[in-house]
Amino acid sequence: MFDVNEIRKDFPMLDGSKHSFNGKPMIYLDNAATTFKPYSVIEASNQYYKNESVNAHRGDYDIAYQVDKKVDEVREKIAKFFNAKKIEIVFTSGCSMSMNLVAFGYGFKYLKSDDEILLTEAEHASNVLPWFKVSELTGAKIRYIPLTKEGRLTPENLKKVMNEKVKVVSVAQVTNVLGFKNDIKALAKIAHEYGAILVCDAAQSAPHMKIDVKDLDCDFMCLSAHKMCGPTGIGVLYGKFDLLKITEPFMTGGGDNARFDMCGNVAYLEPPAKFEAGTMNLAGIYGFGAAIDYLEKIGMDNIEKYEGELHEYAISKLSTIKDLIIYNPTADSGIITLNYKGVFAQDEASYLNSHGICVRSGEHCAKLLKDILKVPATVRVSFYFYNTKEEIDALYEALKDGGNYLDAYFD
Amino acid sequence: MPISINPQMMREIIMDHYNNPLNKKVPENISEYKKIRMDSDSCIDDITIYLKIVNDKIVDACFDGIACTISTASTDILCELVKDKSTKDALYIVEQYKNMIYEKEFDESALDELIVFINTHKQAARIKCATLGSTGIESIIDGKDDK
Repeated sequence: MFDVNEIRKDFPMLDGSKHSFNGKPMIYLDNAATTFKPYSVIEASNQYYKNESVNAHRGDYDIAYQVDKKVDEVREKIAKFFNAKKIEIVFTSGCSMSMNLVAFGYGFKYLKSDDEILLTEAEHASNVLPWFKVSELTGAKIRYIPLTKEGRLTPENLKKVMNEKVKVVSVAQVTNVLGFKNDIKALAKIAHEYGAILVCDAAQSAPHMKIDVKDLDCDFMCLSAHKMCGPTGIGVLYGKFDLLKITEPFMTGGGDNARFDMCGNVAYLEPPAKFEAGTMNLAGIYGFGAAIDYLEKIGMDNIEKYEGELHEYAISKLSTIKDLIIYNPTADSGIITLNYKGVFAQDEASYLNSHGICVRSGEHCAKLLKDILKVPATVRVSFYFYNTKEEIDALYEALKDGGNYLDAYFD
Repeated sequence: MPISINPQMMREIIMDHYNNPLNKKVPENISEYKKIRMDSDSCIDDITIYLKIVNDKIVDACFDGIACTISTASTDILCELVKDKSTKDALYIVEQYKNMIYEKEFDESALDELIVFINTHKQAARIKCATLGSTGIESIIDGKDDK
């Protein structure tokens, strides 16, 4: 039984007495940036620091063995969560590092000057800038799959630009500004027909829906724990094992090799260990494991369903405000991108802050999304499963007077 | 706050400089100007400030770009204030303005309309916005130039 009021008790950040504005509890609607952590996650990370604070990899004593075992267990847990194999789960510092690992470890290694990389204009910087680097280093060309007028990526549009030169198609499963869900399974099938790989940026999808990597048949998938109730500084790269085997570790050092000599001969360990040089964020891994447990307890299907209800409720209320422009009313996620007519996004976000509502204003660089949003900046509201309809009511009440944004500066 | 100016007037001054900035333009003889691009790392403001300095005197000051109300209005007023001043006097204005923003002692007589930003400290997230222009002007006078 999904009971949001019970769920909220699990999160110290949602303890209304902690962050209040004029006696009212803070309302956090910036969940696409990061999410709050339940007590169980914080406790799990603390468990490492308080009771098992030693290094992983080949410990010769009992506690070190415990840490190795725990890292292994969490890896297994994450693998099951996404229907992957344990050896296909690489720990990284987060989605950005995962994307960079694919770009440099695979893209830079295998792409040639005639090759093409396909992205869309709705991608996050983490799924654009690493490919810019690969393009700079290899001469491979970056092209953008056209989006629909609404801003969606369709399999038909991918087909239109697909050709034998394309080696990588790298797209988000849920886009971070417009919140549209892409049909990764259909996109991967098309990419594979032309011999390209499909890289899935799951930063905005993994926290909100069930993902089965085998069903999607994506080749790589990147995500961060902190957007799904887990700690910061830890994330995952999933890769099909055969691809991980031929991917270069772009960071090397202790813990990722079996042996090496001074002549430069190195025997790297098998994946995932070959990508995990240096001491990992062990407390982060402990916490990530607890986050997966927590999400499983609530149920990803319940989360997706509840967030859908929140979204529908929010759109039905907000769309009655005459001067509010909503850019993605049909989004398939809890992301609502908006502007108040005539008000710069950052001014509106600051105004909401003065009402105790945390949202984010964002800029869209010259090319990306310009044709769809037709504005340089927007306000992004993003929900998670611990948000409530009452919070949306408060957002609605504040936005009704959204034109009087300088109130924030004087009251 | 001086008795002569009330919140409603302050609000109008800010909105006026935001909606109809006097100094928001790219200068025609751009090569005669020193410029600096102030794209904040903590917010979405992105403005370029241009100063034409001849013999330690600021002959012209203007800016262009995309920014919020507080950044735009404060930069516009600052440009107006530093024009036709020596760089030394301009730095004095910038210093007094920053003192006000950071709640230190300040010389109100140097600030003119900039006094409307006296409430900035109440919204800590806006300090960066309110000081984007002053930081840029200060950097150019100190010798920085994004050619």
